[in-house]
Amino acid sequence: MYRFKYQKAASVAEAASLLDGAEDGVYLAGGMTLIPTLKARLASPTDVIDLGAIDGMADISVGDTVRIGALARHAEVAASAAVRGAIPALADLAGLIGDAHVRNRGTLGGSVANSDPAADYPAAVLALNAVVHTDRRTIAADDFFKGLFETALEPGEIVKSLAFQIPRRAGYAKFPNPASRYAIVGVMVADFGAEVRVGVTGAGACAFRSAELERALAGGLAAEALADVTIPYDGFNSDIHASAEYRGHLVAVMAQRAVAAAIG
Amino acid sequence: MSETGIGASVKRREDLRFITGAGRYTDDIDQPGQAYAVFLRSPHARAAIGSIDASAALQVPGVLAVYTGQDLAADGIGDLPCGWMVKSKDGSDMIQPPHPPIAVERVNYVGEPYGLVVAETLQAARDGAEAVAVDFDALPAVVDPASAMQGDQLYAQAPNNRCYDWELGDQAATDAAFARADHVTSLDIVNNRLIPNAMEPRAATGCFDAASGDYTLYTTSQNPHLARLVMAAFVQVAPESKLRVVSPDVGGGFGSKIFVYAEETAVTWAAGKLRRPVKWRAERAESFLADAHGRDHVTKAELALAADGEMLGLRVSTIANMGAYLSTFASSVPTYLYGTLLAGQYKTPAVYVGVQAVFTNTSPVDAYRGAGRPEATYVVERLVETAARELKMDPTALRRRNFIQPADFPYETPVALVYDTGDYEASLNRALEHVDYAGFAARRDAAQARGKRRGIGFSCYIEACGLAPSQVALSLGAGVGLFESAEVRVNVTGSVTVITGAHSHGQGHETTFAQIVSERLGIPFDSVEVAHGDTSRGDYGLGTYGSRSLAVGGSAIVKASDKIIAKGKKIVAHAFETTDEQIDFTEGVFAERDSNRSMTFGEVAFAAYVPANFPLDELEPGLSEKAFYDPGNFTYPAGAHVCEVEVDAETGVLEIVKFVAVDDFGHVINPMIVAGQVHGGLCQGIGQALCEHGVYDASGQLVTGSFLDYCMPRADDVPSFVVDTTVTPCTHNPLGVKGCGEAGAIGATAAVMNAVTDALGVKELAMPARSEVVWRALSAA
Repeated sequence: MYRFKYQKAASVAEAASLLDGAEDGVYLAGGMTLIPTLKARLASPTDVIDLGAIDGMADISVGDTVRIGALARHAEVAASAAVRGAIPALADLAGLIGDAHVRNRGTLGGSVANSDPAADYPAAVLALNAVVHTDRRTIAADDFFKGLFETALEPGEIVKSLAFQIPRRAGYAKFPNPASRYAIVGVMVADFGAEVRVGVTGAGACAFRSAELERALAGGLAAEALADVTIPYDGFNSDIHASAEYRGHLVAVMAQRAVAAAIG
Repeated sequence: MSETGIGASVKRREDLRFITGAGRYTDDIDQPGQAYAVFLRSPHARAAIGSIDASAALQVPGVLAVYTGQDLAADGIGDLPCGWMVKSKDGSDMIQPPHPPIAVERVNYVGEPYGLVVAETLQAARDGAEAVAVDFDALPAVVDPASAMQGDQLYAQAPNNRCYDWELGDQAATDAAFARADHVTSLDIVNNRLIPNAMEPRAATGCFDAASGDYTLYTTSQNPHLARLVMAAFVQVAPESKLRVVSPDVGGGFGSKIFVYAEETAVTWAAGKLRRPVKWRAERAESFLADAHGRDHVTKAELALAADGEMLGLRVSTIANMGAYLSTFASSVPTYLYGTLLAGQYKTPAVYVGVQAVFTNTSPVDAYRGAGRPEATYVVERLVETAARELKMDPTALRRRNFIQPADFPYETPVALVYDTGDYEASLNRALEHVDYAGFAARRDAAQARGKRRGIGFSCYIEACGLAPSQVALSLGAGVGLFESAEVRVNVTGSVTVITGAHSHGQGHETTFAQIVSERLGIPFDSVEVAHGDTSRGDYGLGTYGSRSLAVGGSAIVKASDKIIAKGKKIVAHAFETTDEQIDFTEGVFAERDSNRSMTFGEVAFAAYVPANFPLDELEPGLSEKAFYDPGNFTYPAGAHVCEVEVDAETGVLEIVKFVAVDDFGHVINPMIVAGQVHGGLCQGIGQALCEHGVYDASGQLVTGSFLDYCMPRADDVPSFVVDTTVTPCTHNPLGVKGCGEAGAIGATAAVMNAVTDALGVKELAMPARSEVVWRALSAA
């Protein structure tokens, strides 16, 4: 770790202004990516601005949508009766992230803003057609993920909360990397009646909606509907844990399991 | 049996300090004025070192020194030696390229140290390391062991990158067996590279006392006396009399902390240069590169059989990857710890093995839990299981057909070992009961109905442990004897301090050895303290590896305890004015035969140190005895492991649903500790089969350089093990014990892969059997 200036922001506005005033500042939420990066000396920010003390940033409320503050820990979402009551699959997903340590530190906002290709939450953001509320604007899920560790967020923009649409039913199936337990593939299927949305993480450079799966499920959630779906895997991630071809296969299998979970 | 004596599951007394955070590991021990070292490590798999410019580093505040390989060489620091001379089949010595602790002209693997920066703080040392400018001239790397002999020559001394071309067994007899065989089963086997990953990374603090000129090295060693010997005799950091090596609490070794490495050597030397303590502790990422790796064999193996299943001959050809240099015991692992075990539990009359050891631009490979014996077991047990399938025989029946029988012992194998005792059918029978072999077909059908494919696999392993009879080891090229020492020191008030040359880094010696002494001397368990891990306390020791601590070190303790009893009898005889032949010793009491006079152990201890009227020319004061025990043979733990797996055909994900291990370790001192050792070993054996793999890319970069990519087995990857023992006592040591530390890792891997291939209906499958490998095998089937 290199030397940096640590500052704790009391409000979103203060955080933004501290970042403005820094030569090369970064925000710290749960730190699940930033801290290891700092420890490995792979980043050398001048200022680390901790968002953790900002009031109200971890609130969870359920109305027309499930609104979750960006600083809500994965463990809080997993344990939230309100989330589980409205979208059980979202609570399930949060409970599958990393391990207990990660779930007690990592945050929703940090996960989404980082756009790690193997993170779980992005699949839910897309499938549940979430709206990302920032300190500057709202961003639709479909406009949010742009690529490997790339989002629509502008420099310095802070994710304040996400509002997830409440589907009639939804399911998440994850195929974890046996070493890291990140998602090699994770698929969330959400049935909104009029449409079925499918978010896929782990397979590509960033999370995406699968046109093939959504087309196959357009007539409603049924495992049989996916029996003959093949997923084009050109451009999928490929590493020692899973080739692109295997990931393509797993997307189809996880989709079937997500449908089964949604049907219950 | 007493609650704390031999055979009792006494809770491990050392665990209280470990689980309350009171353990004292090397990194917990700080010295006044301590400086910190960071090693400069090669980013290249192979490169010539051009200029090293340390000027900017020396300007970094807090940096005290930057040392390169030239600096150590200029000070007369010698190479890191390999302690076992293996000869090629043409009689020539193995080729040992120079292995300077800090590279001088070339680097030969990613992570090889080419310098070190010492600074007031760790932070400053890191800053300094980043400021060192080096010119590397990168060279093409040789990475794959299978093609290494055709690659660029890495060392002038080693044509074809070959270290040795070794053989064992009667080639002509083996070829003849194949010529008359009704059936030959052959397999191509890759025994995957493993990275040890002890929980505690290696660490070392070198100290120099300017007043006495003495050096002290605190380090994570499985054998501190051996570290001292090598550093004195070969590396020449300091003479043995001026060097103390302390290996305090150590958090796991698995072999990787046997070896004498660059870092311990360099910090000790640097402490003398700077006249202040120098500490280094590996980062986890550093451990991945800088600890010796394990396994990494490429093998072609064939088994010749008669139509009725009689095993006639075994022929094995192996390429063993040594990595870039010969680590401390590397040469012995694929030879005397591997080829000698290829008879397994069977009466195969002819065995021939050829091993070519090769150099590559990868981290050095050396002993890792089991060391050679897992590789041998994997070859034999995969072959036997495959042969049974090809001959349409029950795999247990084929094994029974060929087992060495109890009446055959002592049994001389065609590969140079004499097994002293065993009962292989007893272990197998017990294992089959536990696993309910008769019910397997129904379980397989039930799994099928759930959409799962279920398979069963066996592994009837044998290992040579209790390393080692010095005479045998020395005749085969070992550079050191392999006896063990012990001192039993009875204190004035009757408590006992036992000093052992074995080292505990998770094995529970402080408990087990105290059980032995407490029972032998008839004194309370709590009166016995066990000390180890400090060359200034015990005379000498060869340390802990090769499942030797109890069989060899424990035997030395028994021997020293018996000397205490003999001396005690003399003291009592003197007090009673009789002869020591008239004194019996039972359960802590010395009693005169045919009389009512007796003395307790405590009274004798006190009398020894308050020698009122000892006849000093016949009886010395004091009650402290030393013993060196050199075993008469290896010990031969053996057993039967059975694994059942279920495969999810959609994803290729495997689950181990049953695992039974029935082991014959001879007599067991502490069943709980033995079960723990077996559990840990099984996890490592299963890890090799299912998930662990050290992977290099074609340029020699380690792809699996962190836990993100190197997959360790976790609790939820293994089932609740069924562990049991059968007993045939070792015939040649006083405790009748064989050793249990490696059995799990030796037996499990083949059992798992036999089960997986059974479930999939395939002959061969690469390890680790990751889900994609399984899925592809299913797709191809």
